[in-house]
Amino acid sequence: MLLIRFVNVNKEYKNGVKALSNINLFIDKGEFVFLVGPSGAGKSTLIKLILKEENPTEGRIYLNNRDITYVKNRKIPYIRRSVGVVFQDFRLLPNKTVYENVSFAMEIIGAHPKDIRRNVPMVLSMVDLSDKAHNYPHELSGGEHQRVAIARAIVNSPPILIADEPTGNLDPETAWGIMKVLRDINRRGTTILMATHAKDIVDAMKRRVVEIEKGVIVRDEEKGVYEHEIPGY
Amino acid sequence: MSMRFRVIKNILKQGFKGLWRNKGMGLASVTSITAVLVILGIFLILILSLNNVVMDTREKFDEVQVFLEDEITASQIEEIENRVKESDKVISVIFKSKDQALEEMKKSWGDEGYLLNGLETNPLPHTLIIKLKDIEYADSVAKSIENMEGIEEIQYNQDIIEKLVLFSNYIRNGGLVVVSILLLVSVFIISNTIKLTVTARKTEINIMKYVGATNGYIRGPFVIEGLLFGLIGAVISILIVSYGYNYFFNAASDKLYVLFTVYLVPPKALMKDVMIIFIAIGAGIGALGSLVSMKRFLNV
Repeated sequence: MLLIRFVNVNKEYKNGVKALSNINLFIDKGEFVFLVGPSGAGKSTLIKLILKEENPTEGRIYLNNRDITYVKNRKIPYIRRSVGVVFQDFRLLPNKTVYENVSFAMEIIGAHPKDIRRNVPMVLSMVDLSDKAHNYPHELSGGEHQRVAIARAIVNSPPILIADEPTGNLDPETAWGIMKVLRDINRRGTTILMATHAKDIVDAMKRRVVEIEKGVIVRDEEKGVYEHEIPGY
Repeated sequence: MSMRFRVIKNILKQGFKGLWRNKGMGLASVTSITAVLVILGIFLILILSLNNVVMDTREKFDEVQVFLEDEITASQIEEIENRVKESDKVISVIFKSKDQALEEMKKSWGDEGYLLNGLETNPLPHTLIIKLKDIEYADSVAKSIENMEGIEEIQYNQDIIEKLVLFSNYIRNGGLVVVSILLLVSVFIISNTIKLTVTARKTEINIMKYVGATNGYIRGPFVIEGLLFGLIGAVISILIVSYGYNYFFNAASDKLYVLFTVYLVPPKALMKDVMIIFIAIGAGIGALGSLVSMKRFLNV
């Protein structure tokens, strides 16, 4: 089943900048997709289109077989509930514990307290933070921050997890820890779309790679690497 | 517990937290709302009291006095009476002879009444007193008889009432302008107060949006915070106006300015309306202020 479908999508910002042209992208359920390309190539715009922060200028976008090209503002929250997001800068609440940072995401959608008590410890153990549940963010390392953010993103069991440079602020060793967590989540069936600049990670994971340059998809290959090999380079 | 109920509970909890977190600016908001409402209360009392005066005056002056010539004949008087009675704007017509008029004057002069005994001739005219349904008919009734035989002069007091109504309109419009300006100022102060909470919770709002919180869920706590500021202001101003006015009313009555206080609205009659109006306005500007401050943040 196709989870994400971009059909002939163009995006031009109001100031005339053409961010994406003629994007056709199909992501299947259970896939792990790297989105690579230089800064300003259009990766962020693509993610913003999925999160409905922006509307496309042309084309159609489908999420979970639902046409989300144009939706009413008040419906957007319900679309976002099917997409977990992780950012480079973690975005945790400093005055809440690890547990509260995660349970908060369930409270917002009005989850049953019983479900909260069951799910939060479960995802915390998935990201290997069970023993830090009652610590505050300032007591955690960078990698631990990101794992809390991942736990928060998946606690409502969205079918898709979008990670926007999740290892950008982390040292290589910690970054690998994060990748392991993401790989585990993917193995449990969550589709992952990860925008990244981390060449070594992309090369080692051997997953599908979609490369964007100047708003155009220039490469889309299974088990790809970060850079297209150019003979003699 | 249903999902909706839990969501509402969360919103309320956050709203009360915001109230506490923002004590400083909150005080400014509450003070401004209180000030607006107290001023509104003063205008309200003024307008209602003036209304009393106008109503009272209308009742006292809703008659036309027709002064008749001394040589008038009984049949002429009857003719005038009949003409007047034809009109459905008239309640009654009473004839008062010049002797009756003098008697009444003597009575109203009381102990000094004997002074009138020295008069050689009675200077007062015969009078027809026409009671009208409303003072505004005075003109047309007067016109219908002014050319009849035996009438010396027709007198009525419409100009006094017109002036009073005009005056109370001025007060009402002036009050409306002052209160509207102050209301706008309060909305502005409240919206700035709420903006502080919003800014303090910017990251939280941002995360909430990405996790899929609805706009209502995000907006709710801020609206509640504004609403509470408004309600606190309303309660304080109700206390100030009711105690203040009560004190003023009693003090004025005690010092025998009764002539003046009969025209004031009694505090008891006023308080129920004041409470309803104040609570509605306080809650209204509180909620409006927070909605204004949230508008920009929700378009992510």
